[in-house]
Amino acid sequence: MKKIMAIVRPNKLEVIKEALDDIGCPSLTVTEVKGRGRQKGITEIYRGREYAIDLLPKLEINIVIPDGAASKVVDTIAKAARTGEIGDGKIFIMDVEQVVRIRTGERDHDAI
Amino acid sequence: MVIAVLNSGDTAWMLMSTALVMLMTIPGLALFYAGLVKKETVLNTLFLSFSAYAMVSIIWFVYGYPLVFGPDVHGFIGAPGDFFFHNVVESNTLVGSIPTSVYAAFEMTFAAITVALISGAIIGRMKFSAWMLFVPLWATFVYLPVAHWVWGGGWLAQLGALDFAGGTVVHINSGVAALALCLVLRGRKDRSMLPHQLGYAIMGAGLLWFGWFGFNAGSALSAGPLAGSAFIVTNTSAAAAMLSWMLIEYLRFGKATMLGAASGIVAGLVAITPAAGFVNIPAAIVIGFVTSIVSYTAISFIKPRLGYDDALDVFGIHGLSGIWGALAVGIFASPFINAAGTGLAYGNPGQLEIQAVAVAATFAYSFVVTLIIAKAIDLTIGLRVSEEQEAQGLDQALHDEAAYHI
Repeated sequence: MKKIMAIVRPNKLEVIKEALDDIGCPSLTVTEVKGRGRQKGITEIYRGREYAIDLLPKLEINIVIPDGAASKVVDTIAKAARTGEIGDGKIFIMDVEQVVRIRTGERDHDAI
Repeated sequence: MVIAVLNSGDTAWMLMSTALVMLMTIPGLALFYAGLVKKETVLNTLFLSFSAYAMVSIIWFVYGYPLVFGPDVHGFIGAPGDFFFHNVVESNTLVGSIPTSVYAAFEMTFAAITVALISGAIIGRMKFSAWMLFVPLWATFVYLPVAHWVWGGGWLAQLGALDFAGGTVVHINSGVAALALCLVLRGRKDRSMLPHQLGYAIMGAGLLWFGWFGFNAGSALSAGPLAGSAFIVTNTSAAAAMLSWMLIEYLRFGKATMLGAASGIVAGLVAITPAAGFVNIPAAIVIGFVTSIVSYTAISFIKPRLGYDDALDVFGIHGLSGIWGALAVGIFASPFINAAGTGLAYGNPGQLEIQAVAVAATFAYSFVVTLIIAKAIDLTIGLRVSEEQEAQGLDQALHDEAAYHI
């Protein structure tokens, strides 16, 4: 099993959800996060003074899926989240040891 | 001989104006300031305005009003008397065509907002107990004398200084006091001004603009043509200053900002305050347009160079736009608007000199006496919170409450 952790623009959530629905992977968890990349944020101006806003709001989407589906989900998120501008985000893929569905006690693939 | 007669139309307008000016302080000014601060210091910032309003409300009727409007004593202060407004309400006396009680209530709201304005300079680092001591001391030793000089028949009034609604008494006075107080208090550890909720500040600016019609048009003390004239130039100057601030930002950064526009609105309202009721519409456009240049320059270029931490630019906006407005009335005052004022543009250069004297006197007196009061508080109970409290944010540290639980 794989966990897909995608850091994306907050305004891309709806498009990503629809795209994941379309490929039959609707389950996900979303967290509001803040972060920065190589460009270290943006500049804002208040009363004539410029301020570096070095942590920008992003969404972190977490999805756990069977190994075989990973590349398709990653491609789908990447395509839906992309604008081509700086700040589109990143996707991380990692192994998952075990999964438990709390309601039934089912394990691993049955629990995803 | 003219016999004073109560006019119910005037009285109704003045009661309404009184409520409008009250709205400027709470919640207008309180929101304008609170939106610009960190989310850990929101309630404290609101509280400074609310507590100033409440304390001045009491002081004004216990002993304040006669010290401003009582019989003149050597041009400096009104004669004490009428404590607790003794018999004034009961005796049904008039000021012009309105009851003395209504006039006194109207003037009370001016005293209250003047003190509350100062709080914008010192947010984030002043002890609440020190503020609760500063407010009555400053209202008593600075506001009451200066208001008497200009409006109560004191030496500046005798000299012929023009101040329709408070350019010297309210704005220069509070702006300079803010500068003096923040110099004694010294700067915040973290001077960034990232507003936690700019929407509050914009709502506050809108309420200030709205309430300012009571402030300026109400200062006609009647519901007639002079109030109408003051109403229009107030609106005109605010609009011109807003557009001028936007233009400056556009020329400098290529984009206008909403906070900049709101700052321009307030600067324009401040600048027209002494001149409303004396100037015509073209003059109001010039006054508003120029005032944003004055305040923007001070805030963006002069303040960083001098290094004083006037957190929300009380001196930059109220002090300097107030000075510009007080001088501008000496230039643009038109006898066709108000027979009481003739400025340089209508052949009376002497008026500009008198205005300069009023500006210099208010500046010097407010600065020196505020420094003394601030030093005295600092040496006794202390002005400033501890470093830990400042880092924690004043809502938790001083009030055990938080504006947000997220």
